[in-house]
Amino acid sequence: MIRIVDYGVGNIQAFLNLFDRLGLEAKRARDVDDLVDASHLILPGVGHFDYAMQGFNNSGLRVRLEELVLKQKVPLLGVCVGMQMLADSSDEGVLPGLGWLPGCVHSLTGKPKDDSLPLPHMGWNELKIQAPSPVFPSAEAESPQFYFLHSYYFSAKNRSDVVATANYDFDFDAVVRHENVFGMQCHPEKSHRWGEQFLRAFTEL
Amino acid sequence: MLRPRITPCLLIHNGGLVKTKGFAEPKYVGDPINAVRIFNEKEADELMVLDIDATIKGREPDFKLIAKLAAECRMPLCYGGGVTQVEQVQRLVNIGVEKVAVSSAAIARPALVTEIADAVGRQSVTVVLDVRKRRRLMSAGYELCTHNAKKAYNVDILSLISEFQKAGAGEIVVNSVDRDGMMKGYDLELAAQVKSMANVPVTFLGGAGSLGDLSDLVSLVGIVGAAAGSLFVFKGKYRAVLISYPTSDQKNMIFHGTTELCNK
Repeated sequence: MIRIVDYGVGNIQAFLNLFDRLGLEAKRARDVDDLVDASHLILPGVGHFDYAMQGFNNSGLRVRLEELVLKQKVPLLGVCVGMQMLADSSDEGVLPGLGWLPGCVHSLTGKPKDDSLPLPHMGWNELKIQAPSPVFPSAEAESPQFYFLHSYYFSAKNRSDVVATANYDFDFDAVVRHENVFGMQCHPEKSHRWGEQFLRAFTEL
Repeated sequence: MLRPRITPCLLIHNGGLVKTKGFAEPKYVGDPINAVRIFNEKEADELMVLDIDATIKGREPDFKLIAKLAAECRMPLCYGGGVTQVEQVQRLVNIGVEKVAVSSAAIARPALVTEIADAVGRQSVTVVLDVRKRRRLMSAGYELCTHNAKKAYNVDILSLISEFQKAGAGEIVVNSVDRDGMMKGYDLELAAQVKSMANVPVTFLGGAGSLGDLSDLVSLVGIVGAAAGSLFVFKGKYRAVLISYPTSDQKNMIFHGTTELCNK
């Protein structure tokens, strides 16, 4: 069963609807008992880094999730701020990140050299696949397009953990993976067929 | 690289979808949920839903309806109408709205924008400015409107945009009252002025009547949100209701300024 971690932050319903449409069984996980049958985990997140971390730390789910993800190696996908939470730290906040995927989160401000480019980075951008990965199985002629909406970006410590980058006048890590832990800056639940293909592939891991 | 956004804008009035002309004459165009489903199938870039009753009736957003829309919506959703408090924004974000639009409440109290940005992040704060060309003799430029253009304020639109950017807005939507429903093209002069000074994403709404109009806006100002109502809900000169959206090939033509679109 796919479990979407519900710690009070993020668009859980959008994931539930999408999995329903894909014919895959998914439910939210509000407490530890909900995690018993988890085969795949989604960690959503929006808003301020500290706000999300605080919500997560207070949810009572963290210890059990650490066991599932770090020891039992259950595949987990962090999305948007959920991805950023996987890092060791974020420039946006003072709270430490989860440290499940080595990296840091930095501000986009000043990163695009062309200062006429607006921030936040908002809209559809293409992914450049950097390493073969089961989450992007089909080599389509057209690069996958995903919806982005963010002011901070993930920077992986190990380049070997980078699955795909996106470009906004500079390349940043848009999809990362370390063993069973995946992170995606863009929104697969809001990215039409590209998002659906990606999420389906993730659940087949 | 980032692409311009082509955004259908849906207006909610008495629980149904309507399309206005000059912010008046609301014409019923269908059921909101059904419209969202059609835009899902057409893979729209994002969707903007504005409740045009909430602010003038002084009521809260219709959370039940929005939750249903958000649940159905497989593209990013921006909601506006009746939002006056941070708690409402948090609730909207939690039911699945990516961006929350504020207008009259933010104009009355710009600090609201900062409070919302602090709570949910600036990427989820959209400030909508309804603007109208000044009507009085000997006065050029634009005035700012709220309450479905029933109230008007004499302020400089560009300085206001700059103020909202500083306050924490993540997007500015400039909605042209005069061009609403006219389908004769965007106010390109205003668009160029706004785009040259804005450092957050901007979206223009009001006036698009053909894919060529979208293309004209994109070729003039580059990465931008091109929003439209009538263009995506009406067909033909008798304004028959038919939901449409450019195909992926048409979008590429719009983004690359192909002129054949303009000859429609």
